[in-house]
Amino acid sequence: MQQIETWIGKTVVRYRWPLIVLFITIAVLSASGMRYLVFSNDSRMFFSKENPQLQALEALERTYTKVENVLYILAPKSENIFERDTLAAIEFLSNEAWKLPFSSRVDSISNFQHTRAFEDDLMVTDLISNAQSLTKEQIAEIQAIALNQPMLLNSLINIKGSVTAININIIKPDDGSYDLEKINTAALELNKQMKGKYPALDIYLTGGVMIDAAFGAAPAKDMKMLIPVMFSLLLFLIVISLRSFLATAGTLLVIIFSTITALGIAGWMGILLTPASANAPIIILTLAVADSIHILVTIRHQMRKGAAKQAAIQESIRVNLQPILITSISTAIGFLTMNFSDAPPFRDLGNIVAMGVMAALVYSVFFMPAFMAVLPLKIPQTKNEEHQIFSAIAELVIKRRNIIFWTMLVTILATSSGISRIYLNDEFIKYFDRSYPFRIASDFSAKHLAGLEIIDWDLNSGEEGGINNPEYLAKVDSFAQWFREQPEVRHVYTITDIMKRLNQNIHGDDPAWYTLPKQRDLAAQYLLLYEMNLPFGLDLNDRINVDKSSTRITISTPNIGTAGVLDLEQRGRKWLLLNAPEMVTYGSGLSIIFSHISERNIRSMLKGSIIALVLISLIMILALRDMKLGILSLVPNLTPAFMAFGVWGIFVGQVGLAVSVMIAMTLGIVVDDTVHFLSKYQRARREHGMNAEDSIRYAFKTVGTAIWVTTLALVGGFGVLSFSGFQINSHMGAMTTVTIIFAIILDFFFLPTLLLKLESNK
Amino acid sequence: MTSYGRFFSHILFALVLFGQMLSISSGYCKTAEEKGLQIAREADWRDDGFGNYTAEMTMTLKNKQGKESKRSIRTKTLEVPGDGDKSLSIFDTPKDVRGTAFLTFSHKVGDDEQWLYLPALKRVKRINSKNKSGSFMGSEFAYEDIASQEVEKYTYKYTGKDEYHGQLCFVVESYPVDKKYSGYTKRVSWLDTKEYRLQKIEFYDRKKSLLKTLTVGDYQLYLEKFWRPDTMSMVNHQTGKSTVLNWTDYTFQTGLTDKDFNSTSLKRVR
Repeated sequence: MQQIETWIGKTVVRYRWPLIVLFITIAVLSASGMRYLVFSNDSRMFFSKENPQLQALEALERTYTKVENVLYILAPKSENIFERDTLAAIEFLSNEAWKLPFSSRVDSISNFQHTRAFEDDLMVTDLISNAQSLTKEQIAEIQAIALNQPMLLNSLINIKGSVTAININIIKPDDGSYDLEKINTAALELNKQMKGKYPALDIYLTGGVMIDAAFGAAPAKDMKMLIPVMFSLLLFLIVISLRSFLATAGTLLVIIFSTITALGIAGWMGILLTPASANAPIIILTLAVADSIHILVTIRHQMRKGAAKQAAIQESIRVNLQPILITSISTAIGFLTMNFSDAPPFRDLGNIVAMGVMAALVYSVFFMPAFMAVLPLKIPQTKNEEHQIFSAIAELVIKRRNIIFWTMLVTILATSSGISRIYLNDEFIKYFDRSYPFRIASDFSAKHLAGLEIIDWDLNSGEEGGINNPEYLAKVDSFAQWFREQPEVRHVYTITDIMKRLNQNIHGDDPAWYTLPKQRDLAAQYLLLYEMNLPFGLDLNDRINVDKSSTRITISTPNIGTAGVLDLEQRGRKWLLLNAPEMVTYGSGLSIIFSHISERNIRSMLKGSIIALVLISLIMILALRDMKLGILSLVPNLTPAFMAFGVWGIFVGQVGLAVSVMIAMTLGIVVDDTVHFLSKYQRARREHGMNAEDSIRYAFKTVGTAIWVTTLALVGGFGVLSFSGFQINSHMGAMTTVTIIFAIILDFFFLPTLLLKLESNK
Repeated sequence: MTSYGRFFSHILFALVLFGQMLSISSGYCKTAEEKGLQIAREADWRDDGFGNYTAEMTMTLKNKQGKESKRSIRTKTLEVPGDGDKSLSIFDTPKDVRGTAFLTFSHKVGDDEQWLYLPALKRVKRINSKNKSGSFMGSEFAYEDIASQEVEKYTYKYTGKDEYHGQLCFVVESYPVDKKYSGYTKRVSWLDTKEYRLQKIEFYDRKKSLLKTLTVGDYQLYLEKFWRPDTMSMVNHQTGKSTVLNWTDYTFQTGLTDKDFNSTSLKRVR
């Protein structure tokens, strides 16, 4: 190994020009793949094909119809929608909405198919038509109907009559002609038109289409906002720590090359950019800094001691190659274990970062030193001043080893105990902060109307035409009524409401007949009569399957989070088990899948984390050729994640999808400091024959600065990420930042005292 | 020149003139709209005089998953000179709607009239025929797709000729006169140039995108004049659902009269 390192050092200096040309060519060539990078904008990207809940939802969608939606919410400033102008606005918007691309159905209080008895006939008409010519009495009548209609109340209108919604179903055709951008633009355009035409209305826009669009826009938004900040921060850090323009230029080239190489290869491989994987550049920038810094710090250290530049470069490669190789491989392993994740975006993130980290290793060893070798890098010979602070820490740690050791141990235990306060939950809508207009609209909808968390139940009667069976209808109805009694449920959509209403209409609108029909053929014929009366697009085909053997009921709740959704689904299933065992089924929907994904992901990532831990520890043992040090390294490697979870438990509590990949990811990162510290410590013990105390002094002196600077870079990088408007990224950033801070504290204060405890008396 | 010869040359002259007029009238003078209307009228005229007929129909609904459901219906149709046809459909299956009968008076101008007899209720209910664009029995056919296609309900535009399944066809666009209550903004129809039979229709929805395609096939000739199809298949391109109608037992001149198409006759059907 020693020979290889020396050989590489010599080669890099001797063939500096060819190497520079070669690696610039490699960087440019691989970066050209970036043109194939595409942003994914589908909220289902987080689910793998094997996800059982996704499969269940897709089965439901094949039976009925798979739809996305666009939801307009109108709130007149007068807080009363039952005014001529507002009703006219609703009517206008309902008509215009049919023209939105890919729309298949529009539901509003104006086109609601109101049924009533007229003489001996059933009248089925729009609840509101020609709003501008309505009289006061007619409006009052409409108000009374709308506020008493279970199909509308809390779904398309709130109980106060101050907020109303217009829902548009959007169909994604199978032929791939679906164009999210087109529908999003058209919906925004209509929103603008409405705002201009009806200034007295507050108009909000949300729905699945807007969420998908936000998923597509989030990465670009993050990249545009965070990368420049990140870059300036890194630049500042490098300049401060290296105090050399040329060294800074070299480092910048390495991090840029590493990032574009990884993204380029990702492009060639056809990896989709998602809000999660689009953070790869920020993470690569951060991680790539470390290798160069370690090499440059040593070069400068050597030159200050009086070595010639070329010799300093060779020596730097010799002493740094092994630790850099180990840290890069361990970081890459940490990220590669993200492939255990059930959510494809995390797999992509892991793979892109792992490629970036390995690229950074190659560029840092072969390109950057060669680049330095051709530049007029000058470092004045001075006495070492910069290590004073780290020497002081070394002395402090050695002198007060006992008190520091026990203090640290107590702190570790106290902090980690916060883990018990952690609970699993995700709030899908809150993935996006309030800088996204649809988030504000969704919050508004959750406050006044049904909310966007939806659970669908496909209730199978077991026979063709069975939905008309009075027994079946009675069970469906009591299931729906049971849901209506649950405090978190805002709205239940069930055809039994239609059945009861029809029965009443047929009996001259007598309220006493607001009951389910008692005969099967009667129910079937009511439904036939009703369906014959429905206009285009407003049929019941999305409620009843083709052979009329099953119907679905839809439960809407405001943002109750994944834990709440799972709980509600379980209670619903239990109800079925007790009261209608023949139609027991799982609740389905996007909310349900999101509710399972964190748990699935944490379970799968746990396996990944353990594998990462074993592999990384093996590498440590092999590299240090020391069983004891290798096992010892586990302490500072693993503890920071526990402490970070503890702090998270105390201050936040809720962990979700983002945090599930945390352990594996941070493990690979925090291990670096330990590697550098231990390898220097060991070199001092072996090469220089120092005792434990002096070896610790040596380690602090040689790598203190580099660890400090790379930690600052990491804290900066992941700290910036925590400002992302996309919650998965901000949580991941915040949690990683905390972990890295704990890691450096442990490496500087706990690891040395631990080493002293174990090795001092030898 | 003999008078005989002069007479002949006159005839010849007249023929040449007539031929020129014909070619002008069909090629130059007529607008695409007039030509479209002419084709629609020709198709309508060719079916004139069928009087009345009965037929049986099986409707097969299929969802995206491939799950099927069947309905069987008997139909009776009466030609009404000067106005739209009268028709009566009697549902035999599904069992729950057996004996339900659907009566329609279609009109050349104004809304059609529709009634439904519900045997479980033993009553006839009028249907709001403004809502003609809704799904018919949960199928991909709207009422307006299967109702009597009166020429006056659309405006037309001839767009050219196209070969379809080996037959040369006229391609005619039609636009509903009743824009507010139709589900469509445009239909594009293919009619073979030989017999003026409908071969295919593409339906465009309110947002002007292709919604459905109807293909009509296996035409049989009855009474040496009237063509009737054995199959009509409607595919919804947006939902992936489809409906196929299979027609059998066409019987013409069955002695049906006006009396078989009123609300009392509805209750009598079995």
